[in-house]
Amino acid sequence: MEADTMNVVAPIEIAQPREAPRSASDLEIVFETRGLTVSYGKAPAVSDVDLSIYRNLVTAIIGPSGCGKSTFLRSLNRMNDLVPSAKVEGEVLYHGQNIYGDGVDPVEVRRRIGMVFQKPNPFPKSIYDNVAWGLRVLGMKDDLDSRVERALTQAALWDEVKDRLKKSAFGLSGGQQQRLCIARAIAVEPDVVLLDEPASALDPIATSKIEDLMHELKNEYTLVIVTHNMQQAARVADMTAFFTLERTESGGHGVLVEYDETPKIFTQPADKRTEGYVTGRFG
Amino acid sequence: MSARVSAVPSTQPLPERRRIGDRFGDLFLHGLTGAAAAAAAVLLGAIAWKIFQLAWPAITKYGFAFVTRQGWDTVHNKFGALDLIWGTALTSFAALLIATPLSIAIGLYLSELAPRGARTVIASLVELLAAIPSVVLGLWGILVLGPFVGQDLEPWLHRHLGFIPLFSGSPENAGMLVAVLVLTIMIVPITSSICRELFLGVPTELEQGALALGATRWEMVRGVILPYTRSGVSAAILLGFGRAVGEAIAVTQVIGAGHGIHWSLFVTGDTLASKLAEQYQGAVSNIQIASLVYLAAILLVISLLVNLTALFIVRRFSHERIGGS
Repeated sequence: MEADTMNVVAPIEIAQPREAPRSASDLEIVFETRGLTVSYGKAPAVSDVDLSIYRNLVTAIIGPSGCGKSTFLRSLNRMNDLVPSAKVEGEVLYHGQNIYGDGVDPVEVRRRIGMVFQKPNPFPKSIYDNVAWGLRVLGMKDDLDSRVERALTQAALWDEVKDRLKKSAFGLSGGQQQRLCIARAIAVEPDVVLLDEPASALDPIATSKIEDLMHELKNEYTLVIVTHNMQQAARVADMTAFFTLERTESGGHGVLVEYDETPKIFTQPADKRTEGYVTGRFG
Repeated sequence: MSARVSAVPSTQPLPERRRIGDRFGDLFLHGLTGAAAAAAAVLLGAIAWKIFQLAWPAITKYGFAFVTRQGWDTVHNKFGALDLIWGTALTSFAALLIATPLSIAIGLYLSELAPRGARTVIASLVELLAAIPSVVLGLWGILVLGPFVGQDLEPWLHRHLGFIPLFSGSPENAGMLVAVLVLTIMIVPITSSICRELFLGVPTELEQGALALGATRWEMVRGVILPYTRSGVSAAILLGFGRAVGEAIAVTQVIGAGHGIHWSLFVTGDTLASKLAEQYQGAVSNIQIASLVYLAAILLVISLLVNLTALFIVRRFSHERIGGS
């Protein structure tokens, strides 16, 4: 284990670019939101977001509680559809196609854009079946065993579970369960994986494993992570978006304040609000 | 308001004994609740004991052969329970066969699919179906359901599915099929509302986990909701079965007091419970009364076994759900 990832409470360390910095123009855009507003009932949770997310990068979304970062993330794979009062305005272009457009099936959207949740949520099935279930549902049944092994290996879990694949997933520790959920999400070969505070329920060691994993996974997938842990964003993300809660008379709603390369957000933020948050002066 | 509260913490030593009032209160609570729990257990034992005592003359006279003998001859005092066990089993299983998919479907609709505003309204209406007194339901069975079954449903079934023994024979307004349908109506409200509660109890994060993988609602229901609630649904079905086995009045009204063992659902028949309800008041000999109570004893044993099985299933599977492999 690398020492720097172990030390969770250290002053902010910023991920060093692993390759020569690329200019944003060479990067393929996966998501582009245009004027995205998500409301629950009449109250907007997050308002007027314009943001581009690039292929094979880790994009972090940070900000204080209630700033709409999870709501934003869930609008990227139409998980907000499950909340009856949720209403989405604006566009979410995924490779140029609006996922809220007429005739777009949310099921198809979610097949390409997987999600890992805050609390590990393995199914009440064996370890093997947790990973195999999505594959069976999506008809990817050829060579099931090796697909399951590959997903578990990619999620850095294979060595720990290979002798007990038929045992219940509930026997795993919280960190192992979360890596199982990551394996389950990547087994179906999505294009993007959304992670909603994936390490917030985990201890520091399990957290650092998840973070290491994200460095590996971005070679194959585009990752978007919501986190309230700034150090985590600094360690794992290439790009960071800072959201905050803009107070209004009727309560308040989340807005995107600043979006840039992670080192810039943490060392030379353009906006005072970002600076206040990343330096810990946020009230 | 807090002016009288002393600001100085008490430095007195803790009392050696509990205060009288505290001790009495706890003792009283303990005694009262314990007595209530014990009363339930004692009552079950007392009822079982009395039933077997009253049935004893028949048990000693006929022995276990009573269970395997056919016929109910009040003139020659020759009694056997097999016809009635058959009638009970056939009507209960058939009712369960209809009620189970129906209850699961209603439960799923009301927990997952129905428009939110309509859910509680429909759920209450389904539960109100259980509030119909069984004698009223039986009356409706005689006046409405029976003629429909005898004149429309049975001829139709006979025409199209007559090759199945269950639908052989000639249609009648009273008989097994009417009893089956009445029992189904009695079971469905209970099992469907239990199913609905169970489906609502499936953690949202599991459902979302399935949907986030690109599963459709149906795949999520089949892959997550039904496996997660398997034990509870089985127990609900068994409870419904217990209800069907023990129902007397409504069945007596519509089943037609027939005898014999037939595969056909069209013929008249009798169940353990309906026989008791029909004959107990008019029983002429002591051995007939004892034989009827013998039927009650058989019914009691079946009901207890069914309920114990339901308990066992719930225990075993809830253990699996929280961890063990």
